[in-house]
Amino acid sequence: MLYPLRIRLAERLRYCAPPPQVNTGFRVPGYSVLNPFLFARAAVVASCTANMTRPLTHLQRLEAESIHILREVAATAHKPVMLYSVGKDSAVMLHLARKAFHPSPPPFPLLHVDTTWKFKAMYELRDKMARESGMELLVWRNEEAEERGINPFDHGALHTDMWKTQGLKQALDHYGFDAAFGGARRDEEKSRAKERVISIRTASHGWNPKAQRPELWNVYNTRLSGSESMRVFPLSNWTELDIWQYIMAEDIEIVPLYFAAPRPTFVHGGQLLMADDLDRLERVLGKRPETETRSIRFRTLGCFPLTGAVESEAATLAEVVQEMLLTTTSERQGRVIDQDEGGAGMEKKKQEGYF
Amino acid sequence: MTHSPTPSDSPRYTPDEMIADDIEGYLAQHQDKTLLRFITCGSVDDGKSTLIGRLLYDSKMVFEDQLAALEADSRRVGTQGQELDFALLVDGLSAEREQGITIDVAYRFFATQRRKFIVADTPGHEQYTRNMVTGASTADCAVILIDARKGVLKQTRRHSYLVHLLGIRNIVLAVNKMDLVDYTEDRFDEIVADYGKFAADIGIADFTAIPISGFRGDNITAAPSDNTPWYRGASLIEHLEEVQVSAAEAAERPFRMPMQWVNRPNLDFRGFSGLIASGSIAPGDTVRIVPSGKTSTVKSIATFDGDLDSAQAGQSVTLVLDDEVDCSRGDVIAAADDPPESSDQFEATIVWMGEEALKPGRGYWLKIGTQTVTASVQEPKYEIDVNTLDHLAAKTLQLNAIGVAELRTEQPITFEAYEDSKALGGFILIDKVTNATVGAGMLHFSLRRAQNVHWQPTTITREEHAGMKNQQPRVLWFTGLSGSGKSTIANAVEQRLNLMNRHTFLLDGDNVRHGLNRDLGFTEADRIENIRRVGEVAKLMTDAGLIVLTAFISPFRAERRMVREMIADAEFIEIFVDTPLEVAEQRDVKGLYRKAREGNLKNFTGIDSPYEPPEEPEIRVNTVEMSVEEAADAIIAAILPLK
Repeated sequence: MLYPLRIRLAERLRYCAPPPQVNTGFRVPGYSVLNPFLFARAAVVASCTANMTRPLTHLQRLEAESIHILREVAATAHKPVMLYSVGKDSAVMLHLARKAFHPSPPPFPLLHVDTTWKFKAMYELRDKMARESGMELLVWRNEEAEERGINPFDHGALHTDMWKTQGLKQALDHYGFDAAFGGARRDEEKSRAKERVISIRTASHGWNPKAQRPELWNVYNTRLSGSESMRVFPLSNWTELDIWQYIMAEDIEIVPLYFAAPRPTFVHGGQLLMADDLDRLERVLGKRPETETRSIRFRTLGCFPLTGAVESEAATLAEVVQEMLLTTTSERQGRVIDQDEGGAGMEKKKQEGYF
Repeated sequence: MTHSPTPSDSPRYTPDEMIADDIEGYLAQHQDKTLLRFITCGSVDDGKSTLIGRLLYDSKMVFEDQLAALEADSRRVGTQGQELDFALLVDGLSAEREQGITIDVAYRFFATQRRKFIVADTPGHEQYTRNMVTGASTADCAVILIDARKGVLKQTRRHSYLVHLLGIRNIVLAVNKMDLVDYTEDRFDEIVADYGKFAADIGIADFTAIPISGFRGDNITAAPSDNTPWYRGASLIEHLEEVQVSAAEAAERPFRMPMQWVNRPNLDFRGFSGLIASGSIAPGDTVRIVPSGKTSTVKSIATFDGDLDSAQAGQSVTLVLDDEVDCSRGDVIAAADDPPESSDQFEATIVWMGEEALKPGRGYWLKIGTQTVTASVQEPKYEIDVNTLDHLAAKTLQLNAIGVAELRTEQPITFEAYEDSKALGGFILIDKVTNATVGAGMLHFSLRRAQNVHWQPTTITREEHAGMKNQQPRVLWFTGLSGSGKSTIANAVEQRLNLMNRHTFLLDGDNVRHGLNRDLGFTEADRIENIRRVGEVAKLMTDAGLIVLTAFISPFRAERRMVREMIADAEFIEIFVDTPLEVAEQRDVKGLYRKAREGNLKNFTGIDSPYEPPEEPEIRVNTVEMSVEEAADAIIAAILPLK
């Protein structure tokens, strides 16, 4: 039995003087005299205590890693950009960028791929954050989608494709960005678990799972060939709980819609939606929806007709986190977009160039 | 829940009571968690995905909608009958879900009260080397899975070797599927003893073995489970909560920060940004910029949250220095009294990851820390068979091959040995045309240690040594198959030279292996080293004025060329003892061909290892047509007058 293996090793090693016993508060995992490295480790632990070096917390390590990624790409890409969707992940990513380059403003612009159907509160925060960070804000709207009146009610999946997927590609091509930071996390969805921090995209922005590069240590390969570009995910290793904890610890401003408040709501297609712009809803739906005031909040934010609200009383960050931990429904369920085409929906969208 | 994995426990999402009662307190408690990255190694059949699914499930990282999907999927494509198939929680891409295998490195996340965990989940089958090396590169700990029914397999060795190669010192041997061996202690002990023997062989001094069942949940979160009352150690999770994170070790090494980016918002501020690779730093500390060697003092550590009093390994910071020293991306800011070395020639272990094989001599981009330079890799010294750990001769490295080679960079790079610093010792190689990452490597040491070793001039020159013997030094290099007659003919030649009062020495292959080269085996790499040493000895003997005769199979042209280049012009005489394989095998003086044919002798030249005949030997003797005496006479005739 094996914890016991250590004891057996120790028996074989009785000729050697034991390493110095230091009460470190750490449990020194079984050193054996066979391995000189382990002696070194015992010594390390000892001097560690002497210097009072504290182990970094998980949030400190995540922050340092994200900042490292942001700097590596900014230092090596020709024309980087940060995709800014105004959601909580974007808020954290922007905050990290400001930290990475302080006292300079981040050396790249913010790009908002707008669908014209975002919540009003999102547009307000977007403009405010651009001002505060001192970054240029680029807003891209797919002209064709605008002309053809593509909207989430009449066009379903086409709305997402034209405004978001095509819009993003157009914007990247138009400005010639070779690197785009995005706030996606690996814990969001199964196919994201294998996504690289630096995801190489073809000229047509497609994602070929087979062409992705191995990523070792923190040595990122940011070199591109010809018309390739890269999507960069500095938040790859963050979980939803990490994001909330960090927002709390760093006091990061997020869209108020994440907090519960009485808001006008209506039910459409089985989802509880917020009536953010009644006049516009009336034009598109042909009739003014009947609204009811409910205390709601949002777990994710997108286009208001595509983002389901949850009834909630959680009005503070702590309450929101509490609710998240107590509810048992995963984050993206509120988003209609992932429910297309069964479980493989996101993987398929990614191959087509969706973020 | 209709399909609970064990009848006895019915796992449901049961949140920590503190979340409901005291969320602020709960969050405060979770604020200071540490982070452990670990890798799981095992093949499709070891139950790895099931174990990870189980970890996510038991740490309550599975939400109800995912659980519903899991139930539905378990019924539809699950391999566990009516029970939950945890593997379905983690098998990501649809292609692999259908095939029931995982095909890439996937990262999973879960947390306990004390730690956050990032799990690199890597497949155990083809592409394993590339994926496992990638996953292991960022891991502090490795969980090696063994199927209790099968015990230590070839792949267990492979996995252990790879994680050891990547410098992971915390190894957990998870003996899985204990439920299928009736939870017997004897079986567990047997596997652990087996593994211990092998682990010691490859340098793993310590590991922790835990008997588990990923499927049934034994010894995952709490130990001992009712099924293993005999087990006295910690559960897997408990153990992982205790493992020491390697970042803590890095903090105690000398300060190093690879410089990423110069921060210069205006003329009044100039900062140097980077992630601290090791050590700690505080204002007032003296630092040295490497490679320029300039020193300066840290004025402040500037961050968004104000200046810091100190910073340590693992933090991303911006340093402001006292003087206007030059420092650009790729430089390393280091402790002034203990800076790292710079060099342009190294020995390294290289893992090849490109579809196209390594081209020795070709220029690749090498990225190490924040430095990117052109580098070329020499022909590998040897390739390592990851299953047997044998050293094999290699001219290149194919996808997933691992080898040891020398490499040269066009500019010096600042480095440390990988075993001391992953940040300054681990590098990637990038194809210059496709820009794909085609290799990864770990630096061992600089080859320019010889810089500090100078030649000591001697008064008596080699010409004087030779003059006293009244002869021209020579190396008569006999090459040919085993049993071709090299030693016999060389011996006859030496006798003739002695009769002519020449001062000679015969270096014989077998004799040298009793002493000088007794540490070498018969892998191609060892044979190359054998020849190199004999070449050096022959060279010293010619410096002493001797006529040296050597009788070695020396099967490779490259090594014979190497020796030729060591020896002074015209002194090296290559003698090809040309005996066809059939003849040599028929003679089989030492019975070696028979052994090799029976498979009892590996890497035997002519049988399973090639012989490359000389293209232009100075002398060729054909032992089918000539007797030993005739061959010796012919050689003497060819080398005279020797003055």
